[in-house]
Amino acid sequence: MSVEQEFPELRPVVFTVNGERYEIDVETRMTLADCIRHQIGKTGTHLGCEHGVCGACTVLVDGRSARSCLMLAVQANGAEITTIEGIASENGEWHPLQHAFHEHHALQCGFCTAGIMTSMVEFLRENPDPNEEEVREALSGNICRCTGYQGIVTAVLDAAGRLRAVSDGVGSRRE
Amino acid sequence: MKPPPFHYHDPGTVEEAVALIGSLENAKLLAGGQSLMPMLNMRYVLPDHIVDLNRITGLSHIDETDGRIVIGAMTRQREIEHSDLLQQRCPLFRKALLQVGHRQTRNRGTIGGSLCHLDPAAELPAVLTALQATVHVVGAHGARDIAIADFPAFYMTPAIEFDELVSAVSFSPWPIGHKSAFVEFARRPGDFAIVGVAALMDAADNGMIHRATISLSGVGAAPVRCTATEEQLIGTKPDEISLRVAAETCRELDAMEDVHASPSYRQHLAVELVSRAVQAALDDAGAGSTS
Repeated sequence: MSVEQEFPELRPVVFTVNGERYEIDVETRMTLADCIRHQIGKTGTHLGCEHGVCGACTVLVDGRSARSCLMLAVQANGAEITTIEGIASENGEWHPLQHAFHEHHALQCGFCTAGIMTSMVEFLRENPDPNEEEVREALSGNICRCTGYQGIVTAVLDAAGRLRAVSDGVGSRRE
Repeated sequence: MKPPPFHYHDPGTVEEAVALIGSLENAKLLAGGQSLMPMLNMRYVLPDHIVDLNRITGLSHIDETDGRIVIGAMTRQREIEHSDLLQQRCPLFRKALLQVGHRQTRNRGTIGGSLCHLDPAAELPAVLTALQATVHVVGAHGARDIAIADFPAFYMTPAIEFDELVSAVSFSPWPIGHKSAFVEFARRPGDFAIVGVAALMDAADNGMIHRATISLSGVGAAPVRCTATEEQLIGTKPDEISLRVAAETCRELDAMEDVHASPSYRQHLAVELVSRAVQAALDDAGAGSTS
């Protein structure tokens, strides 16, 4: 069989993106990142290096941060995916991280921001009261070439405080 | 940048996976994907078939049986990092894992994937070398065990056949109270280290070391045991000078050269980091303690 006849190899998958259910056929070699951007049409997830170094494409898969360029879309079958478009509440109220990033000038060009926010959603869920060193360590998987990170660190620490205030002293949940 | 075309297979059992890799030409096993996916994206590898192990739930487990701790090959690095059993019995894993990639990659990356990729700088193969672990392999012709020291064949290549896969690793845990450390030098946290050291030590209350294993990543193509250092330490209560003298033996190790560092710099790092790791292990409160 020639390559033309064998490919594209398609597979049906079912997953949710930000709570919305998708039943689609994906090419088996397609990365989750490309699927989210091109098939689902949510372009908030950015692709930087496409080999797992920059962190821009980070999304939450079943609540866990993952590089969507290092996963095949077919591997997300059955998963709940959260992208940057899904972190605000349903009524459009910004996530505390979004408020804090806005106020502390934690982004300039914004290319890395989606990956940083999704990573920090998971980090602050597991570590609701981090110190600065822990925040810097948690940010080490995301590259930002604009800000010098200072504003991001400040914003994450501020968001942690806002989230703790919202949860009103309720402890973290570790799955 | 996209992966090249391949046929995708996602077996549900080890038996199906073994049957597939035994019958397919030019197949690659996909574990956590944190090394293979970049290589596919950059088209460093061009497999005709990808056999994805992620649906095989039986390969993901951390158990203690018959006095040995067994970790399934598809156990995520994150699960190992957060395992209470391992934190109690072998805290070296967590110490090393905190320096493996980042949270986002540890969520996906697996111990079997790291072991089979066999990057010279990888932390987990060095940990398993210090633990003198056994690698459990299954293939078309049955199961077999490989001592970790015999697992690397050559640069980034494990000594397993094309129709075999790693199903688990196991090791005898060191006694409660044993000391450990993982120390490495990388230009930034989470980067591949130039050299890393895993150290395990068992010492009497008076500080006399009666058992020690030390392994280095990033010096040779595969992890190396610092047997000369170990021999000099065992039976002694090292002070700063004798520790330094023992670590100095690492300068004799064969070291590789690449764009990141020269052999002599790797040997220098080996000496320096081994002395730091041994000191950190001596200062360690010990496995099973509350800290």
